Amino acid sequence: MASGQQWVLVEMVQAFYEAPAYHLILEGILILWIIRLLFSKTYKLHETYKLTEREKEDLIEEWQPDLLVPLISKDHPSLKYNIVSGPPSHKIIVNGKECINFASFNFLGLLDNERVKEKALMSLKKYGVGTCGPRGFYGTFDVHLELENRLAKFMKTEEAIIYSYGFATMASAIPAYSKRGDMIFVDEAACFSIQKGLQASRSFIKYFKHNDMEDLERLLKEQELEDQKNPRKARVTRKFIVVEGMYINTADICPLPELVKLKYRYKVRIFLEESMSFGVLGEHGKGVTEHFGVNIDDIDLISANMENAVASIGGFCCGRSFVIDHQRLSGQGYCFSASLPPMLAAAAIEALNIMEEDPGIFIVLREKCKHVYKALQGIPGLKLVGEPFAPALHLQLEKSSGSRSSDMQLLRSIVDYCLERKVALTLAQYLEKEERFLTPPSIRVVVTVKQKDDDIQKAVSCIREAASVLLK
Amino acid sequence: MARTSDADLKPPSSQNGLKCDDLRKNSCHSKTEKNGPQTGVGSRQFSHDTFEQPPMYVAVMTYLGYGIVTLFGYLRDVLRAVGLEKCHVAQEREEQKDFTPLYQDFENFYTRNLYMRVRDNWNRPICSLPGPIFDLMERVSDDYNWTFRFTGRTIHNVINMGSYNYLGFAENNEDFLKTVAEKVRQYGAGVCSTRQEIGNLKIHEELEQLVADFIGVESSMIFGMGFATNSMNIPALVGKGCLIVSDELNHTSLILGARLSGATIRVFKHNNMHSLEKLLREAVCSGQPRTHRPWKKILIMVEGIYSMEGSVVRLPEIIALKKKYKAYLYLDEAHSIGAVGPSGRGVTELFNVNPADVDVMMGTFTKSFGAAGGYIAGRKELMEYLRSHSHSAVYASAMSPAITEQVMRAMKCIMGKDGTTEGIRRIRQLAENTRYFRAKLKDMGFIIYGDDDSPVVPVLLYMPGKVVAFAREMLKRKIGVVVVGFPATPITEARARFCLSASHTREMLDKVLQQMNEVGDLLCLKFSRRKRSAFPDACKGENTEADS
Repeated sequence: MASGQQWVLVEMVQAFYEAPAYHLILEGILILWIIRLLFSKTYKLHETYKLTEREKEDLIEEWQPDLLVPLISKDHPSLKYNIVSGPPSHKIIVNGKECINFASFNFLGLLDNERVKEKALMSLKKYGVGTCGPRGFYGTFDVHLELENRLAKFMKTEEAIIYSYGFATMASAIPAYSKRGDMIFVDEAACFSIQKGLQASRSFIKYFKHNDMEDLERLLKEQELEDQKNPRKARVTRKFIVVEGMYINTADICPLPELVKLKYRYKVRIFLEESMSFGVLGEHGKGVTEHFGVNIDDIDLISANMENAVASIGGFCCGRSFVIDHQRLSGQGYCFSASLPPMLAAAAIEALNIMEEDPGIFIVLREKCKHVYKALQGIPGLKLVGEPFAPALHLQLEKSSGSRSSDMQLLRSIVDYCLERKVALTLAQYLEKEERFLTPPSIRVVVTVKQKDDDIQKAVSCIREAASVLLK
Repeated sequence: MARTSDADLKPPSSQNGLKCDDLRKNSCHSKTEKNGPQTGVGSRQFSHDTFEQPPMYVAVMTYLGYGIVTLFGYLRDVLRAVGLEKCHVAQEREEQKDFTPLYQDFENFYTRNLYMRVRDNWNRPICSLPGPIFDLMERVSDDYNWTFRFTGRTIHNVINMGSYNYLGFAENNEDFLKTVAEKVRQYGAGVCSTRQEIGNLKIHEELEQLVADFIGVESSMIFGMGFATNSMNIPALVGKGCLIVSDELNHTSLILGARLSGATIRVFKHNNMHSLEKLLREAVCSGQPRTHRPWKKILIMVEGIYSMEGSVVRLPEIIALKKKYKAYLYLDEAHSIGAVGPSGRGVTELFNVNPADVDVMMGTFTKSFGAAGGYIAGRKELMEYLRSHSHSAVYASAMSPAITEQVMRAMKCIMGKDGTTEGIRRIRQLAENTRYFRAKLKDMGFIIYGDDDSPVVPVLLYMPGKVVAFAREMLKRKIGVVVVGFPATPITEARARFCLSASHTREMLDKVLQQMNEVGDLLCLKFSRRKRSAFPDACKGENTEADS
């Protein structure tokens, strides 16, 4: 060992003698430079403006934050909630007056159905109220599994997944699949739940004009050109189209067959939000896919809430197992939230039973929608927005005054007038600062199967009267 | 090497009514205010959050375990690709095979190869009330957990240590649920509208008043889903140009709400006041990044009890910091409302803090009240703002009336307004159960995290194989436990989490403890190196201090 070391030392000394002079001088200078750097004072970039303790105390003293919430004036219109005493069924007591309900999304009248209530009571007797846990930790009840099976069977898909709140359904589904770097094409009139899902997903969002397939195709073509420039990136960028079956903001339907064609041409997946069309459109109430006769497997994900036609609480997504199963581990509203209370799930199952037993109610609903649509035509000063078979129509001002707040005030006065005369209507509510594309202010007119002809007659004449009195 | 915690040197503070000499010694972390008179369930001085570290070999074995499973995972992927192993994973449609793949292979690596093999320990379906005893549906798998089938049999009378049923309101007693049944008969299931349109029922306003009274603030607002309460209201309170300072271990709903708001988010170490103060100081002094404009607002987000650690927030210290730096405090009491405090009012009562000092008090009704939904409570101006600007009030359905009634009756019971002492009895029972269970477990030699008062008891298991074996063994012995691993917890700290309930009787707890003892010996889970009494069964009563 020692001899080896000695031998290396000898070699080193020899090399030292054999090296040329400039080499040694250069090495010497470098070594001196290194020593200098090691011992010189370190120079931190922030040294120049490091604050002294005194300055920090002063800054802390001086800083005045904004108020936690800005003060709201007492007359802010959104502060005056209508108080409903008693159930919001066909006859609803609003602010003390019994009115005919044209404002709740109780399309099939299942809110006060006796069978549904019986089943909910039976479930209450067995399971109590809450589930006390998320689905992963003993919050999965046999009722939930049954509801998921029934929904999957009803929609003729492989699998369904339930959420405990309608809003959270689409808002959790979109970010589960679409991540940063992916591309989503969405309609401008998409509802707020979709907008929150898009925001949470952090993907690139491209809006196309409402129901304008040409605009969508143009965007898709542009994206295709981009992809050709960068094929490697394109191979891992997922692309989605998010549309609603029946739009809540404009009461019309999306052109689903064209969308499916675009899907296959440009290789984009379709997510369909069917909160307003589930239990409304189609021969058996299966929604817009049945309405158009589109193969349900062509739609990657259908999401709907059970708070409209099904008159319960919660939401569901259905589709192929390949797609839906992923949400069981990555849907935030599913994994990190308590599951749906069993009595609400039981109510939903019974509602599904009723829907399956009697597809005639959908025909009745459609007839009533057509009736209301025709009756509300031609009111001077108001225009009706929506399809003839849409159950939730919008009445907008024919000529806007230019300012949104005065339009809202006018419409509110019409609503108040009708409330006085025992017809319950409501203004469509939006968060003006948060919406990306704000729809013009409107009154929501909701059609349910429980409304009789003379109820509709009364409501229409009331609105007509209000319009003629208040809109000059 | 592993640190030994202070617990070896100082005995834990005693929470029962007995005056103890240790209380004087125990002023270690206390910068808290003077406490009120000792009540039956103990007002507190600052607690002992014990986070004992395991021996080194445990960490090594844990990593080794994960390493081996990962290697096997790769091997199986290769076998599947080659075709030697049947691929059970659901496949994309034929017509869409040339679309961009919906999932990236490595994203699902963990799910395919690790989670699938052990997933029978989660999502266990039950077919009864989630009370202290429940019935599980027996499910078996013929293909190593890829698919399950129900045999049709039920496993009866399994002790439930996993549901969040702190005060035992998950019950189906006809008398107690009379009013709820009435409401179902009257109102039906849903509401079919939003609060701002025509879904604002009188019963909602009554509940809001009751919640405000319960918490001791001016006003409150309720929402239909606890998760959504956070994710839909934080964006209404803060926005761009504001700073959110949030604890490392905050719940997903808080993180989602913070992200959706668009504010800048900074994270401080869990329950660490130095880290928080440093962050606040730096934030106020330097302002927004790059432009150095002053922040519009600073919001500190913490939870009352952290559900994975069982630790309790250091509320008095945070309030002192918040006042000094003029920040606002958002307190999420999902697990602590109803479960801690002498009369169930949460951490503000536990620490004797004025609820008005907390700017935004948030909580859920799922855990201690046996219902669903959430609330936010605070000053009148805050509530008025939320009534007009909350995303939930405008776009999301209102709470179901029957659920609202359940919350009301549970809250009235806790407050004593129903004329019985049932509420106080339950709170005391929960506190007693908590103390007993924690003390016994510590005695047996398990490492448990969290504050001595918190009904959430995480027992550390560390190694992935042991986690799974523990869950399965306990089920064999008819005890239902919840185990959590990566990614909900750090990779080396997989744990079993027990949630105690006021409806657990002493016999049930004793049975669970006895089985834990056996399973702990069987699987070598007693990692604690604290001195413990040689005869754990002989120790009766509350004062199970260490023998040091």
